[in-house]
Amino acid sequence: MIAYIIRRILLMIPTLVAISIISFIIIQLPPGDFLTTYVAQLSASGETVDQAELEALKERFGLDEPMYMQYLKWAGNFLKGDFGHSFEWNKPVSELIGERLSLTVIISVFTILFTWAISLPIGIYSAVRQYSWMDYFLTVIGFIGLATPNFLFALVMLWVSYAYLGLSIGGLFSPEYAEAPWSIAKFLDLLKHLWIPVVIVGTAHTAKFIRIIRGNLLDELRKPYVTTARAKGLSEVHLILKYPVRVAINPLVSTIGWTLPELVSGIAITAVVLNLPTTGPLLLSALLSQDMQLAGTFIMLLSFLTVVGTLISDILLAWVDPRIRFGAREGL
Amino acid sequence: MDQKQKEMKYLNATWRQLVWWRYKKHTLAMIGLISISGMYFTAIFCEFLAPYEKDTRHLEAIYSPPSRIHIFDENGSLRWPFVRQMDMEIDLETHKMTFKEIMGKNYPIKLFVQGDPYLFWGMWETDIHFFGVETPAKLFLFGADRMGRDVFSRCLYGTRISLSIGMIGVFMSLVLGLTLGGISGYSGGWADVVIQRIIEIIRCFPSIPLWMGLSASMPPHWPALKVYFTITLILSLVGWTDLARMVRGKLIALREEEFVLAARFIGASDARIIFRHLLPSFTSHIIVSVTLAIPGMILAETALSFLGIGLRPPITSLGVLLKEAQNVTTVALYPWLLIPVAFVIIIVLSFNFVGDGLRDAVDPYSR
Repeated sequence: MIAYIIRRILLMIPTLVAISIISFIIIQLPPGDFLTTYVAQLSASGETVDQAELEALKERFGLDEPMYMQYLKWAGNFLKGDFGHSFEWNKPVSELIGERLSLTVIISVFTILFTWAISLPIGIYSAVRQYSWMDYFLTVIGFIGLATPNFLFALVMLWVSYAYLGLSIGGLFSPEYAEAPWSIAKFLDLLKHLWIPVVIVGTAHTAKFIRIIRGNLLDELRKPYVTTARAKGLSEVHLILKYPVRVAINPLVSTIGWTLPELVSGIAITAVVLNLPTTGPLLLSALLSQDMQLAGTFIMLLSFLTVVGTLISDILLAWVDPRIRFGAREGL
Repeated sequence: MDQKQKEMKYLNATWRQLVWWRYKKHTLAMIGLISISGMYFTAIFCEFLAPYEKDTRHLEAIYSPPSRIHIFDENGSLRWPFVRQMDMEIDLETHKMTFKEIMGKNYPIKLFVQGDPYLFWGMWETDIHFFGVETPAKLFLFGADRMGRDVFSRCLYGTRISLSIGMIGVFMSLVLGLTLGGISGYSGGWADVVIQRIIEIIRCFPSIPLWMGLSASMPPHWPALKVYFTITLILSLVGWTDLARMVRGKLIALREEEFVLAARFIGASDARIIFRHLLPSFTSHIIVSVTLAIPGMILAETALSFLGIGLRPPITSLGVLLKEAQNVTTVALYPWLLIPVAFVIIIVLSFNFVGDGLRDAVDPYSR
């Protein structure tokens, strides 16, 4: 097991390097380097440009050096936890992103838990009672859930709750807690608001998972061992939950890998609609004002997050399924 | 037709016929196919089908609600469907606009009416619209937006752009996916390793932030058409990976088959083996993957345009339309601005139905 984990971590390194290169390219894509943008912004607002400060920034990011040196310098700073400087906010990037990134993680984790909690019982029910009217009803709901993109769903929810219930469901905190330091009360307040984005982002995945579980379980239920167990008089609940379900949810564990990038994507755009204090809105505003250091850091950290998530899912999968643990190569 | 003839017909059926028979049994897939055909039909003829040009402003009808279509006149007698001329009043204190129908000013909905002039397919100048009403009455099936533009006409134009983005984007991903997946699957070796690593890395990125980063770096002064093509390019740069994986998997499974070996013994070149023998044997899978990839493209474009970093006016896609609906207080007052959402959902749902139906039809043993 340990050897497997170490091998996975080593394999991660080239991926992370490649991600950082792509992020760096995105930072460099807009014409002109960011100092020119910065100077233009300063002069536009009528402030004088401090030559010494400019020189210091040039030195810090190695702007006079060739591209690959700039990359190495940037990546080196990154490892030290210096993510660069946001010119829109005039603050170090690391100060801006910490809380937003952790809120994104919190929402992702809760969404995954929500997705599983809802889809598992419904999927089992749909498979066991195949072709019942409830199964058809859930299938239709699932299709609509799959076809409705998160942010449009959020938009419609926002409108319905505002126009008919008279309340605004945007944001993650009540106004009195928005700027407050972290405390138990603030956390409870967060939990009160959290369910809305979780439900909105989770719907599409719940629909997808229900279909996967239903399909897998239907295959499993037709196998002879189920008939044997039934013939031997095992109680129905015990029979279904103990064997076929365990086999049927196996592929779900491996889906965490691709679920995470999709979730992070979904949260990013839903957050813009619902005005959540997560990475999405700040990334968007950074991109719109060409604050590329901030934007690039976001893109890079979000991708890191998904790589780590994939690692966790692989480890989980190896833990659940011994075939992978003992060197079957397909999974890699 | 007696039993024997039926049997013969079945036995002599071509592969296409078999697929079509199986497809027809799938109710949802047929509904999807009809709805997609309808969508493409409106997209192709949208200038003619829309009662107004997409950018025509009706200043006297800003935020006008959807027109009410009557079939009974003031005396209660049945008439051809008509609308009434509207009168706008502005409350000077709140600046809220209210619309009232003027009784007695009835304008029947006519077919083939003269309206805004336009260039049909950019070639023929004409001003005939499929349906509409004569001025001063207005026909706003879905209401009007903040500039008094007809939301229904804009939805039709938006459908055209959104569908075309899906087509062009998928075509480009198909080219990329076939080439790279083909190299990776057929030749194997280090090329395979490199391409697989690239695919894995691209898939690590959460797609929307990556798309956002790429499209936001387009300079703002670019013309709308250039933005349009760049956006499709960006979408397909991320979207090709699924196709490439599918192509690679199929090639690896097929290249060891006897018929490939036989072709090689006869002395067929690699290109001939790929294009003459391998590709045709999984064209159906490619078609299915492509059908299922289109809605993803359309959604991605909608999301980007909705955020304001995708397409820009004057090019109007469904996402550009939804940008008008970003503010919840505006939407609460003028809920018809949300109607494009329904178009997006119907398009995506139909493509999914068709894709699922096709998959079952071309490969009945897959499940």
